[in-house]
Amino acid sequence: MASALRAVLLLYRRDLLLAFRRREQVLQPVVFFVMVTTLFPLALSPELAQLRQIAGGVLWVAALLASLLALEYLFRADHEDGTLEQLLLSGQPLVLLAAARTAAHWTISGLPLVVASPVLAVTLGVPAPALWTVAISLALGTGILSALGSVGAALTVGVRRGGTLLSLLVLPLAMPALIFGARAVALAIDGGGARGPLLLLAALCVLALTLAPFATAAALRISAE
Amino acid sequence: MDRTWLHKLASPPHFYRIAGRLAPWLGWPALALILIGLYGGLVLAPADHQQGEGFRILYVHAPSAWLSMLVYATLALASGIGLIWRIKLAHAVALAAAPIGAWFTFVALATGSLWGKPMWGTWWVWDARLTAELILLFLYLGFLALHGAIDDTGRADRAAAVLALVGVINLPVIHYSVYWWNTLHQGATITKLGKPSITFDMLWPLLVMLTGFTLCFAALLTRRVQAEILRRERDAAWLRAELAR
Amino acid sequence: MNAARFLAMGGYAAYVWPAFGLACAVLLWNAWAARRAHARARAEAQRRLAGLEADA
Repeated sequence: MASALRAVLLLYRRDLLLAFRRREQVLQPVVFFVMVTTLFPLALSPELAQLRQIAGGVLWVAALLASLLALEYLFRADHEDGTLEQLLLSGQPLVLLAAARTAAHWTISGLPLVVASPVLAVTLGVPAPALWTVAISLALGTGILSALGSVGAALTVGVRRGGTLLSLLVLPLAMPALIFGARAVALAIDGGGARGPLLLLAALCVLALTLAPFATAAALRISAE
Repeated sequence: MDRTWLHKLASPPHFYRIAGRLAPWLGWPALALILIGLYGGLVLAPADHQQGEGFRILYVHAPSAWLSMLVYATLALASGIGLIWRIKLAHAVALAAAPIGAWFTFVALATGSLWGKPMWGTWWVWDARLTAELILLFLYLGFLALHGAIDDTGRADRAAAVLALVGVINLPVIHYSVYWWNTLHQGATITKLGKPSITFDMLWPLLVMLTGFTLCFAALLTRRVQAEILRRERDAAWLRAELAR
Repeated sequence: MNAARFLAMGGYAAYVWPAFGLACAVLLWNAWAARRAHARARAEAQRRLAGLEADA
């Protein structure tokens, strides 16, 4: 048990170290998030009053798409240089290793988005009391996406140009989270309580984090054959 | 308990022969039932008070929607059986079912849209049922896309099977969230793809169509699985014997 | 029932007939496609078998 835990922590640390060595990879999803969010005022209207109406949806869609970007490479490098096989042979429970990889992905890709989101929300006219809801909902949402995304990444790891396929597989699964998350933000912006949708979102997050690693592990075993 | 019948069923040659014998017993009754259902739905059933003759679209929309979900359940069940008991034939069944399910979903969406246009004035509404059907179509397409993207058949089977299981677990979540989302934004003009208050003269053609569609699915599935078995089978002796019949 | 009235479907003809037509067309196409898939698979299996026997 202790060795499994140590393996998990080692893998988590290793992923973070690798990511920080290539800092652009960490920043790219955030920049993408900012850019996509910027598209909406450009496409629709600079009126903050109008942007406020759609802010929840815009932030959520942008964060969703930004999270998808980094997923393709989740297992690719390790698959190509044989590290994945080593992990499979290591004898450590694959489910835990999958969970470690998911956690690392969230730390590298999801967390920066969560940190950036209140700033972007302000640019869309979101009032200060709602910013907390924005951050929390996106924290949960990016967590769900990391979990679901790791399943998709594991399934498509050997596929050429699997990035688009990955998005097509993951997006339908992410729609419930989008519904609850965007709704939570909209409610918060209107001044009401967002607890209902946030709790539903939290439930989805727990479900995703507990079940997805099993699917990811199964998918990794299949892909490594 | 004697499980040899299960082992026999899992053997492609045996299944192939059974499927071949079963197909006409599924196909012809399906055709008959659908024709009866069409006559009942188009001619015999009385028109609805509110929706007039337009409600008759229900007789193709509801069976299609029902089948779209039944087929996905079949696909997921077959995938699960294939993964857990490592029965390749089960994966073949799942792969054969997928395009059929996608077509039913498409028909459900198209007929739903045609039903909605005279009621709501627009070709598309983000009605809970239609939206859920659309997401289901995405799930079907994802399954087929993933299977097609992996060259090795065994790996493709198993990867798509994992996806199918993830999808089927997600399906109640998707349904709940879409219905939840839809009730938030009930405008005064938007009503759900409502079923008219239904009497027995309206009901029996629907049940007949449902049964007909289900048998139709079974018939289509048997033929497609047979094709899939032939495509995968490497045993020359059996192939020779079978093809000579 | 009057044939013209039947075809008019109480004014909904433009929706009812395409809906039923589409559904029937899709079912028929699927039936044809399934049989064709089977026939094609048979033909390919024949070819594969012939190839194997030629090598043998």
